[in-house]
Amino acid sequence: MAVMKRSSPQELGRQLAWSRREFLRTGAAMALGGTLLPSGIAMAGRGALAGIPSKKKKVVVITFGGGARDQETFAPEGQENIPHLMRELIPQSTFFTQVVNRGILGHYVATASLATGVYETINNFASLPPEHPTVFEYFRKDLKRPSSDAWVVAPSNGFNRIGESNNRAYGPGLGASVILPKHLLTAAMSGRTTDYEHLLRDNYESPLFAPDLGGNEFQLQQLEMMLKLSVDDFKAHALTLSSPDELSVYIARQLMRQLAPSLLWITMHDIDIAHAGAYSLYIEGIRRTDRLCAEVWKAIQSEPEYAGNTTLFILPDFGRDSDDDSGGNGFQHHRTGDALSRTTWMMALGPGIREGVVYDRAMESTDLVPTLGGLLGFSASLAQGKPIAELL
Amino acid sequence: MLPRDLKPEQFSGYPPEARKLVTNYLGALQRLPLSFLPSLLREAIEYDFKFPAERRTLERELANLGSLSAEQTADWFQGFAQIRLSPGLERFDWVNAPGQFVEQLSSYLWTTHQLDAFRIAATNYADRLRAAVPPEPPPVPRLVITVVGQGVGAFEEPLFRKLRAHGAYFSNVKPENGLEVLLNLVAARAKAHPAPYAHWYIDGGQEANCDAALTCVSYQRLEPARAALLGKMRAEIERPGMGPEALRTHLAQLRPADLGFGKDGDAVLDRFQVKLLTEGSGTQIFSTTFAQWAAREALRRAQPLTLLVRFAPRQRQKPMNELLAASQERAELDPVGSLIDGDMGAYYNWLNLQRLTGAAQASFLAWFEEHNKAVALSPSTPRGTASASATSMRELLAWVS
Repeated sequence: MAVMKRSSPQELGRQLAWSRREFLRTGAAMALGGTLLPSGIAMAGRGALAGIPSKKKKVVVITFGGGARDQETFAPEGQENIPHLMRELIPQSTFFTQVVNRGILGHYVATASLATGVYETINNFASLPPEHPTVFEYFRKDLKRPSSDAWVVAPSNGFNRIGESNNRAYGPGLGASVILPKHLLTAAMSGRTTDYEHLLRDNYESPLFAPDLGGNEFQLQQLEMMLKLSVDDFKAHALTLSSPDELSVYIARQLMRQLAPSLLWITMHDIDIAHAGAYSLYIEGIRRTDRLCAEVWKAIQSEPEYAGNTTLFILPDFGRDSDDDSGGNGFQHHRTGDALSRTTWMMALGPGIREGVVYDRAMESTDLVPTLGGLLGFSASLAQGKPIAELL
Repeated sequence: MLPRDLKPEQFSGYPPEARKLVTNYLGALQRLPLSFLPSLLREAIEYDFKFPAERRTLERELANLGSLSAEQTADWFQGFAQIRLSPGLERFDWVNAPGQFVEQLSSYLWTTHQLDAFRIAATNYADRLRAAVPPEPPPVPRLVITVVGQGVGAFEEPLFRKLRAHGAYFSNVKPENGLEVLLNLVAARAKAHPAPYAHWYIDGGQEANCDAALTCVSYQRLEPARAALLGKMRAEIERPGMGPEALRTHLAQLRPADLGFGKDGDAVLDRFQVKLLTEGSGTQIFSTTFAQWAAREALRRAQPLTLLVRFAPRQRQKPMNELLAASQERAELDPVGSLIDGDMGAYYNWLNLQRLTGAAQASFLAWFEEHNKAVALSPSTPRGTASASATSMRELLAWVS
């Protein structure tokens, strides 16, 4: 504990990255990448999605939200909570152990920062669009893609403006369609939600508050038209699900089947129940998110439109407070801004990506958007991050 | 307004003892940077309602600030002085609403990417203060006991994993009369070392027999206050434009009378309990969260010599709007989930005990109620050991206390 207090944030970030690398070496038999193998980048081969025609390339991004710590995930005592990541996904992935978020650690603003490649400073709790162009706008404008080709699925009603910015050069009409499954379910039930309450939990930063909606969310009438899903079928299937994130993945799979968007962004949020302070519910959230990530990867492998031409990125928006910081209350929040809450990870899977490799150089969460630009062929001209060479 | 402009009459809205305290040190306060001073005033304005340990800490901190020359003050606070503040923050009534100022400052620091610099400045100040004014050692070694798992029939998964490395794990504790033995022990300590708010019993459900010598807080006893609070929260949430930050500000302004506490109660304890419910996230709806947060705050603020925390089953997870509804129907409980919550809560109780003076001499016990598993941590307990020998609760306590 004393050592942790005396270390700088950068040093703590490096220690975290090193720990993750060691955990993965022992738990998932990963090889070391760039930092220990200087030729690692050159060995990366042809790069993700190389050789796949531009129109066929697809990317799915999952935010592993709302933040989980190493103690409950990659550390030896936490690996029991992420069996699917450890045994199925990480061995197939290139894994980055030190992804630092230097922005505001609120879920909406941090997810907006991930989606724009710029540390956004918008009010985390207001229904506001990002101030900088989102990855969806770069993608659609540069590549002249229709609105049906970029989608966001987000469980929290507070994320309804995430699809497009208010930047003058981009903005309205160029963003992603945003689908809020819980909102959709509430609408489908016409307010009578007794049997579906477990799917309608909203824990947007605080157990005390569910934000109001605003913006152009997916409308109920589009359920049948675009997703080919009757309201009755939707309601019937929802009854078999256990959480908002399960509902999100169900809708995401429906989108993949019916519209096959090239850019699909799924924001998980069940883990954020941690704000209510019940550790068992936080752990349940992690285990569920782990399983759902594997389900999405399986769906990518089984859907003809996605199999063999899709890169999957999984990353948390940020972590949670350390047990060692007396200013916080451990897993419950992400308020201290300590190294554990800022230093997270990312994995990438798919064609052309080296499998079972770990890189622990420091990178930033804003590097995601320029990397997606490199993979899909658009220019994220206003993003602050840098493309991740190990993937391109 | 800046700190150098402070005048005694500006503290006329403070409670009497707080006003006297801060005006005694006005000269020192005038030399402090605005990025720091409201955090200090946030504590000072509550002085009349603070526990004795907190009062002493605050008095010693102010005395230290008063002893510094202008040059020394500038040296101590150079990190804070480099924090850039907005004109809006400078105009804010931070004298009378220091808590709200600190909330806005926090938001501003995040937005302007100055949080890390502020953290470093705060850590450096705390280290320097601790060196200059070492915290007082406790008169007797502290003892913290955590009881978890009420209502759980069988649970075969390992318990107390985070604590075992620091002490001895017992797998054959005789559970008979265990809670009674523990309560008798904490009451005996309270009588042997009497001091206000020095010996606590916190229960996450219906409290067992609570000796008059103990400071008692329970989730069940606070049910009327929780119901009143949930009603106010529902009303606030339904107001247009209300968000989490505005709600938090509103809750922070609630006083005991707003939640139905009588005028004849213990003003210090009542204020503490209101803060548990209005400042703790989830304490209003989950009893396990309440027990953990109450223990954390009691340790941090009252710095007790003895603390017994008993976790009780919390209600099952439901949508937040339902949890807030405080239905009259009996809530469905989740005993096993609550045991896992309590297991982590026990670890956090031990961590929070480690943050107090005399931690090296302190003892800690966690017990799975009505079952035979426990873990004991004390200066005399060998670390990372396990015992399967039949052990009574009295024997266990004799070992750790």
